[in-house]
Amino acid sequence: MSQQIFHDSDADRGFQGKWWASRIAIYSVLILWAVICLFPIYWTLTTSFKMAPDVMKGNMIPWVDFTPKWKGWEAIGLSPKTLMQESTVRAEFMKRFVNSAIIALSSSALAVALGSLAAYGLSRFRFKFGFMKNDDISFFFLSQLILPPVVLALPFLVLYKELALLDTRIGLILLYTLTVLPIVIWIMKDQFTTIPTELEEAAMVDGLGIWGAFFTIILPIAAPGMVAAFILSLVLTWNEYFFAALLTSTHTSTLPVMVASQTGSQGISWWSMAALSFAAILPLIVICVALERYIIKGMAAGAIK
Amino acid sequence: MSGNELHVVTADTITPARKMMGRGLVWGSAAIFALVATLQTLQTTGRADFEFTTWRPTLYAYLFWATCLCISQVVTRGEQGKRTLFVLPAALFVISLTVFPLLFGLAIAFSDWNLSSPTGRTFNGFDNLRQMWHDSFYWNALVNMVWYTLAIIVEYAIAFGLALLLAGQIRARKFFRVAFLLPLMLSPVAVSWMIGKSMLEARFGPISRLARWIGVENPSFFESPWMAKATIMVLDAWTFIPFMMIMLLAGLQAIPKELQEASKVDGASGWNSFWEITFPLMLPVTVTAVLIRIIFKLKLADIVINTTAGGPGGATDTVTSFIFREYRDRSNVGYGTMLAMVYLVAIVIFMTILMKLAARYAKPQT
Repeated sequence: MSQQIFHDSDADRGFQGKWWASRIAIYSVLILWAVICLFPIYWTLTTSFKMAPDVMKGNMIPWVDFTPKWKGWEAIGLSPKTLMQESTVRAEFMKRFVNSAIIALSSSALAVALGSLAAYGLSRFRFKFGFMKNDDISFFFLSQLILPPVVLALPFLVLYKELALLDTRIGLILLYTLTVLPIVIWIMKDQFTTIPTELEEAAMVDGLGIWGAFFTIILPIAAPGMVAAFILSLVLTWNEYFFAALLTSTHTSTLPVMVASQTGSQGISWWSMAALSFAAILPLIVICVALERYIIKGMAAGAIK
Repeated sequence: MSGNELHVVTADTITPARKMMGRGLVWGSAAIFALVATLQTLQTTGRADFEFTTWRPTLYAYLFWATCLCISQVVTRGEQGKRTLFVLPAALFVISLTVFPLLFGLAIAFSDWNLSSPTGRTFNGFDNLRQMWHDSFYWNALVNMVWYTLAIIVEYAIAFGLALLLAGQIRARKFFRVAFLLPLMLSPVAVSWMIGKSMLEARFGPISRLARWIGVENPSFFESPWMAKATIMVLDAWTFIPFMMIMLLAGLQAIPKELQEASKVDGASGWNSFWEITFPLMLPVTVTAVLIRIIFKLKLADIVINTTAGGPGGATDTVTSFIFREYRDRSNVGYGTMLAMVYLVAIVIFMTILMKLAARYAKPQT
């Protein structure tokens, strides 16, 4: 073997060592935080397959520490064995799940529809309602974000009782739309201001009305922003607990209410609770993994002006 | 923003008859609404009976009026009205769902109203305020909110650190981004079970096990007041750190690379270039992220309701969870609403001051 001619100088080698050290530090922090984020989800998933002794011994790894059993999922009627049979618990779970889905989807859709229109109007035209100019109107919409739910809750409770809207889906949908509307308007306003007005001007010269130009030209361009706003609303409305706990009872209570009511009962069976919790969070985990870039886009929209 | 407005003028001829029609539409429907509302008021005060079981007819009349108002905009004002139509539905929606309930809430707040008592609602002036003044649990909850809000400083530091790491040159960036984002997706109720009730369970929760393994004897996370408060803070931080992290990451990626390179060429160390370049440039994003985070923090309730229910001795109570129990356990609508109203006023004052301060300190740098 021949003599090596070119050497890194000592200074460079020191630098390399430092580089490796910083790499290792960076990745260990990243991995540590990833574990912190993912472990609770892993724990919930595995616990739903555990039997009582496994829970007490603190076994962690399936097939090594313990043999997975479907007991937890049987308790909510979603194991392979019970899936084909009639099951009242599953019916209950599905009812809550469907409630949650309908309420979250329709309130997000309503919020995106109303919010996009308002955001478009505010970004394109100059308004004057009484003393309120554009900026005031925008601020009026955004200020709803500050309104704590607890202020609205009790008046709504009484109001809905009078209107026979307590424990109805419509009631919750309206309220949820209200809570996510400011966020939608914020994201969409940001979207519309980035679209050049020449597009609509051209369309209107070609004979389209302002609404025609909005639907045929602007809406397709702003669609990714709308998806982002929709998903963010979906996350918030799917997880909402406070209003649902106060304003619904037997018919329309949502998944979070069901989860909460099960934890309250004493002598909780961990496996079934774990199965229930995991089933409740699963849709959003799927959405997060599949549509992560939209979520990030939506949140980033507000951050940079 | 102002450079982005549409300046297309379209010729519109609106005949006086058309204008009249539009006005008629609004006032006609308003008259119907007023009529229905009066009839219903008459019924509830017991002076007549029209066999209304609920206030639904008034609601429908209101919706009808709102629709007519929107239509009349186009009828009376033509093109200009079509533009108003973009904002009007959302504005009507928000006004009818916040302003009316708030006014209604004010009326409730000044009355003694317990849903379980047979006497119903009676006006009691400032009694609720006086009761609130002596309610040490409410003040305690307010003080707790201050502590919870202060925890945002730590959350912000962690979020900034993670954002810096994610913005750097790393492999598997997408994996880390998704993993870091996941906690935000989970419902606080599920989190309170997953972590609060099962992982922190004193006997066989994995975190308790870890604590024992480190050498803590009898780890308990919800027994001493400060420990319980800290645990709630950690749980809430866990779900919301991703939120700030994403906003800060977006801010970091918007910083032009040249600036950092220039500072590197000038011989600034990483530490210096962070404090001199990155941090000042991030100030506007920081302000936005922290303000929004504070707004969300002030609504904190789900986790508290579902893990500690405010215990031990109110140490973890937030204002929202306190009022929630005031209603749930005691059905005390009047008093609860007054507490909520006072909270709203406090928040509005606090946020206004904060936004004014933020505007003053963040603007000159940009």
